[in-house]
Amino acid sequence: MADNQYLYEVARIRTKELSLLSADFFEQLLSAPDYETCIRLLKEKGWEGGQDDWEEMLARERRKTWELMEELLGDTSVFNVFLYANDYSNLKAAVKSCRHRTELSNIYIEQGTVPADTIRKALSENRFEELPEAMQAPAREAQKVLLQTGDGQLCDILIDRAALEAIYKAGKDSGDPFLMLYAELTVACADIKTAVRACRTGKDRGFLMRALASCDSLDKDRLADAAAEGEEAVAKYLDTTEYHEGAAVMKESLSAFERWCDNLLIRRIRPQLYNAFGLGPLAAYVLARESEIKSVRIVLSGKKNQLPEQSIRERVRETYV
Amino acid sequence: MNIMENMGVVLALLGAVIAALAAGIGSSIGVGMTGEAAAGVVTEDPSKFSKVLVLQLLPGTQGIYGLLIGFITLTQIGIMGGSSDISLVKGILYFVACLPMAFVGYKSAIRQARASVASISLVAKRPDQFGKAMIFPAMVETYAILALLISILSIFGINSLAV
Repeated sequence: MADNQYLYEVARIRTKELSLLSADFFEQLLSAPDYETCIRLLKEKGWEGGQDDWEEMLARERRKTWELMEELLGDTSVFNVFLYANDYSNLKAAVKSCRHRTELSNIYIEQGTVPADTIRKALSENRFEELPEAMQAPAREAQKVLLQTGDGQLCDILIDRAALEAIYKAGKDSGDPFLMLYAELTVACADIKTAVRACRTGKDRGFLMRALASCDSLDKDRLADAAAEGEEAVAKYLDTTEYHEGAAVMKESLSAFERWCDNLLIRRIRPQLYNAFGLGPLAAYVLARESEIKSVRIVLSGKKNQLPEQSIRERVRETYV
Repeated sequence: MNIMENMGVVLALLGAVIAALAAGIGSSIGVGMTGEAAAGVVTEDPSKFSKVLVLQLLPGTQGIYGLLIGFITLTQIGIMGGSSDISLVKGILYFVACLPMAFVGYKSAIRQARASVASISLVAKRPDQFGKAMIFPAMVETYAILALLISILSIFGINSLAV
């Protein structure tokens, strides 16, 4: 009876949720006069470092989340769906590093299902068989495209689409409603963003069909047709889907739409705050941490670059708690 | 000893055993579930031990009720001393009298455990709401008590029947 209900794990997460950053705390950060005050406030919340390099502090916080998940679950492969984006981002970095024959260590993301070093070595030594099976074909194709055409954008869309397909498959295969929801929202939002960008840069339908990934909540063909026509057509098509609210936001700006997508995810996962059983609350905690890390990065970079408070506020994501 | 001649006491004993067994199994599952959740909270915050302990113990009562029904039945049918000459009809009646506690005890212990686990989550976040958190799983207890009551009344009533 008690199997797979994650009773111990969820109870621990409930306590951990108390230390998540709240909307009130973000208000404090936003109204802080400078970067140093933000760092001090974060330090009071247990976020260490960041005096010189906020990325190091954020990486440490992300590491803490995954260490907790490893402690709770032992095997975190159930959350691979959250890590595929990092894997494919590392793949993109490795492909481009090989093309330009540069070795930059700080372009790789630490958390992934495959160590960044394995991806880097596999690409530099052309040993694609060392990569996971699903990653081999897109890695080969992206490297070939980059070497033959030098088209970095095409290389990016090939890898991005492969990443979305990997996320979608992992979500579906998990059978967990929460992970399926995450995969669906991730792919749908990415497709919409790609479609809008393609409109703005005048890409044709062929490009869109290559860039868009399939999902249940959007019709890829209709989205590609709409994007080929223009932004108005995309908004019109979105009005017929569950993302109709996003269509209005999209008219403001693409960054506003990205924020809307992130907020949509947070709103859809929020019911997990009241769920005492299952994997959902753990998965929601991981996403909530990712979201707060993203918001802290926005605030810190804004404060460091002395952006106006209002401009930073517009970009900060909704909080989970 | 012919088993058919003593079928009455056999059935009555079976009822007592099922009441203790089913309610006991339900409670052990329930207390195990709440124990897992309680341990999770105490891992992060040991100061909440006493609060979550109370919530952990709530689904344990059904096991005690099952034991009580079993014990009363044993005393009534002479297993604990006295005459064990029970007619078949009385045996069936004792068996049936034990069933409310057996079924309701098993199911309510598990459902109460789920309510307790949710309340443990509540206490983990808002320890000041412990009183309210106690009430939710305690409501499930009502039905275990009703089943206990009907089983007790039935068991004591059967003795005076001329069957």
